Amino acid sequence: MEARAVARIAVLRAPGTNCDRETEGALREAGGDAVTVSISDLESGRSDLSRFAGLVIPGGFSYGDRVRAGAILAAKLKTSLRGALEEHVSRGRPVMGICNGFQVLVELGILPGIRRCGAALAPNSSARFESRWVRVRRTGRCPLAAGPDVQPLPVAHGEGRVVLSDPGCAEELESMGLIAYKYARPDGSPAGGEYPFNPNGSAADIAGLCSPEGNVMGIMPHPERAVHRWQVPLAMGEAGGIAIFRAFVEAASRSARVRGARLSTAI
Amino acid sequence: MSPEDARAVEEHFAALGRPPTYAEIRVIAQLWSEHCRHRTFRGRIVDPRGEVLADDPLSTFIGSVSAAPWVISSLRDNAGIVELARGYGIAVKVETHNHPSAVEPFGGAATGVGGVIRDVLAVWADPIALIDVLCFGPPGSPGLRGALSPRRVMEGVISGVGYYGNNVGVPTLAGAVAFDEGYVGNPLVFAGCVGIVPPGGYSKDPRPGDVLVLVGNRTGRDGIAGATFASSALPEDLVALRPAVQIPDPLVEEGLIRFISAARGARAASGVTDLGGGGLAVAAAEMAREARAGCELSLDSVPLREEMEPWEILVSESQERMLLSARPGGVGRLLRIAGAEGLEAAVVGRLTGSGRFVARFRGEVVADLDMGFLFNPPRVTRVASPPALPAEEDPQLEDPPDLGEALLRLLASPNISSRDGVIRTYDTGVGGRTAVYPLEEPAGGHNDAAVLKPLGDGWEGVVISVGLKPRYSRISPYWMAASSIDEALRNNAAVGGRRWSLLDNFSWGSPERPESMWSLLEALRACRDFASAFGAPFVSGKDSLYNESALGPVLPTLVITAVGVIPDVRRALTSSLKAPGDPVYALGVTRAEMGGSEYFELLGVRGGVVPRVRPGESKRALECVIRAADEGLLAAAHDASEGGLAVAAAEMAISGRLGMDLDLTRIPSEGALADRHLMFSESNGRFLVEARRGSERDLERLMASIGCAFARVGTVTGEGELVLRGRRGALELGLEDLESAWRRGPWRGSPC
Repeated sequence: MEARAVARIAVLRAPGTNCDRETEGALREAGGDAVTVSISDLESGRSDLSRFAGLVIPGGFSYGDRVRAGAILAAKLKTSLRGALEEHVSRGRPVMGICNGFQVLVELGILPGIRRCGAALAPNSSARFESRWVRVRRTGRCPLAAGPDVQPLPVAHGEGRVVLSDPGCAEELESMGLIAYKYARPDGSPAGGEYPFNPNGSAADIAGLCSPEGNVMGIMPHPERAVHRWQVPLAMGEAGGIAIFRAFVEAASRSARVRGARLSTAI
Repeated sequence: MSPEDARAVEEHFAALGRPPTYAEIRVIAQLWSEHCRHRTFRGRIVDPRGEVLADDPLSTFIGSVSAAPWVISSLRDNAGIVELARGYGIAVKVETHNHPSAVEPFGGAATGVGGVIRDVLAVWADPIALIDVLCFGPPGSPGLRGALSPRRVMEGVISGVGYYGNNVGVPTLAGAVAFDEGYVGNPLVFAGCVGIVPPGGYSKDPRPGDVLVLVGNRTGRDGIAGATFASSALPEDLVALRPAVQIPDPLVEEGLIRFISAARGARAASGVTDLGGGGLAVAAAEMAREARAGCELSLDSVPLREEMEPWEILVSESQERMLLSARPGGVGRLLRIAGAEGLEAAVVGRLTGSGRFVARFRGEVVADLDMGFLFNPPRVTRVASPPALPAEEDPQLEDPPDLGEALLRLLASPNISSRDGVIRTYDTGVGGRTAVYPLEEPAGGHNDAAVLKPLGDGWEGVVISVGLKPRYSRISPYWMAASSIDEALRNNAAVGGRRWSLLDNFSWGSPERPESMWSLLEALRACRDFASAFGAPFVSGKDSLYNESALGPVLPTLVITAVGVIPDVRRALTSSLKAPGDPVYALGVTRAEMGGSEYFELLGVRGGVVPRVRPGESKRALECVIRAADEGLLAAAHDASEGGLAVAAAEMAISGRLGMDLDLTRIPSEGALADRHLMFSESNGRFLVEARRGSERDLERLMASIGCAFARVGTVTGEGELVLRGRRGALELGLEDLESAWRRGPWRGSPC
């Protein structure tokens, strides 16, 4: 029988990351060979990013979210792992940042990834931590965005309001197909900024962004908490999170096939 | 230290022929504190004539009801442990952090959460859920002079709980918020944690010769003498007490959680305990006692944040520290595991065969105490005598002119209204194990209990609920405690939980007040009687006495936490209505039991008859709900509690965004009841359930065979109205009006 190749995916952990276990579990559920790798292992060279076909930065409060959500982890990645990360991204290998991971990708400037537009994740417009289930609509043309057109996902964050540097940016991101997910009403229509459908006041109802190359996605809600039907409150609908992880594993496998060497495990 | 304790210390050292060192006095004071040694609960209680009412009430009333086939460890260790399934244990502990939260609400509440997580780590468990029960003065009321206002305390506590739990990555899933003027001077913060111990993971075998390793935060001057502080009344100048409150650092705690899991997996330690009240001194002494040994501490080796006196190092309550023991050959491995998690770890001493507690600092012995002496403080004797309580008679009131208006006002009252503004600031989904959330989406109605699915390879769930009825203690502390147990269990059963284990958390006024002591004893008596009647053992608990302020003792408050299991989380029920046309049943018997009710509180009536607990009746109702849920006959269930059946019906309707048409006159009842009783009485042992259409016959047959009181009282409708048909005609209340009243909570406009 022919051996099947399973993409190796790194789930990055820093002090204060706290969604790594369930994120790793979701990736495995989706067929990936996910392992949690700590930032200190990467910094010391005990682990090497180039050996992974995909990178996921999970949710949590990296470094206690001191300074700003995700700021310190982003600074560390910038100083000690800039080259490795740039190489990973430029080779087309997928990267996904969830919640705090999205904040990190924005802090790094990898997202939104178009020169004219900067972004930041600001404190929620409700001025408090928001823990609730919302619905998101899949929009744009991001290969990493998957699942049904509209799906329920939970959010849990204090700083999730996407703010863009220029009023024209939302339209530009939209027209380029880089808004991966938007907060929606129960019937799937746009939240239109209305709380609580848009839980944080994000510009253009942005819940997730995609890089122009299509291999980096940041998403504020937590798909790893919506992998199984039993995790989703009854009235919210079906579990769609698994599709996001399947799409990621697939993208990682594709990039591993293209680039070859030791990025997958034969099983 | 009390005069009796001081005398015992004096005599002990006179016999030794030397005076105690300062460090020794501080260590003794911590170990002999009410907080650490439960002096009152282990003491003798007498009536004013000296007649013994109870000898060692903890053993008599709690210890006697602490066994069941599913109990793995009860009342012994830092947390109780019961079996989930296939050798997996559920660890659970609830702590009080009242004094620190009164002084510094944010830090006090946050360190309360951190502390109870470490209690669960100290039985080798992985934390999976947090519980918080918060009691505040009415939000609009002014605070005491020199203290924060109830609103400021509330906001600080809620953000402290959320900050710590969210950061550390453990979902906050169960709890309650209660308001009463009895908490103005003494806000209460109960923080709990539930964890999972893998099969064979709970093992402790510290022995003489083992090395003591301190892991986590550095030791500093924060939280000096917290255990003695927690065992005394609050003075007027609370600001001066700030140094007694510790500083929280959830980032280090997160490392400790991973470290404990790794150390357990590697079997790298022979023992573990947390550093809580009394700091290193108490942790080391307790571990030495567990090893039936002594200990020798080298205080020079303790990593410090600042220059400190030896006694300060011994009793500092700096947070996020754990003490482990390891065989001498295994210490290196333990230190490496800590290092891999980025934690500082240091060898600070060893267990000895000497039976002595010894601490050295800069070449000098600063403490050398006999273990037997340390663990056997003089027994205290407390006097209990009943206060003058109001006679329990139902005041012969009339129905109010507008029962619908009364229902709306109840929905808007602080103890009933939506907790959205609190619970949504807590991460309730981190870990990915949550199967039933505390708020049911999308409307955010309150579920009666939370359900987690902790095992990757099994459908079994952990069901967590709480019960508290503090207002009843003004009339009868006995029935207050009984009702709290009934409420915790019916909350648990309402989602499908069974095979319960209980925790008791007492927050009381000074036990040196005979009437406080009497009410404590009454509540303890009820704990024994009803734990036994329901077959639900006590596995852990805590007593916080001396909750006193310039306004006097706190409203006597017993929080009962129930941990149940459900064989399949997919069968768990929520409280929201599901489908128009479904029949609605009332289970249990309604009586004219309005004493301490939210309805009486609304009217300003104190007194009346508090609800009794009739265990046979309650047990049958609980069993009906559980069996009907298992057989898939139910679509929703909700217990009748604060505000009675009318509030329960409104909550189910709001949560499901569906209407209901109910005939109140069909509610199973006893005695001549008016509409106000049928709507608002808080009789125990009752539920409102939505059956799946078509299951009526099976459900009725099941309930008849179990023998619980039940009646079909109405139907779910798609009309957007709650219709309540009583003896005096029908009330029609629009869902929007009900919901807007219910959302008028005390925290509106004050995001935390």
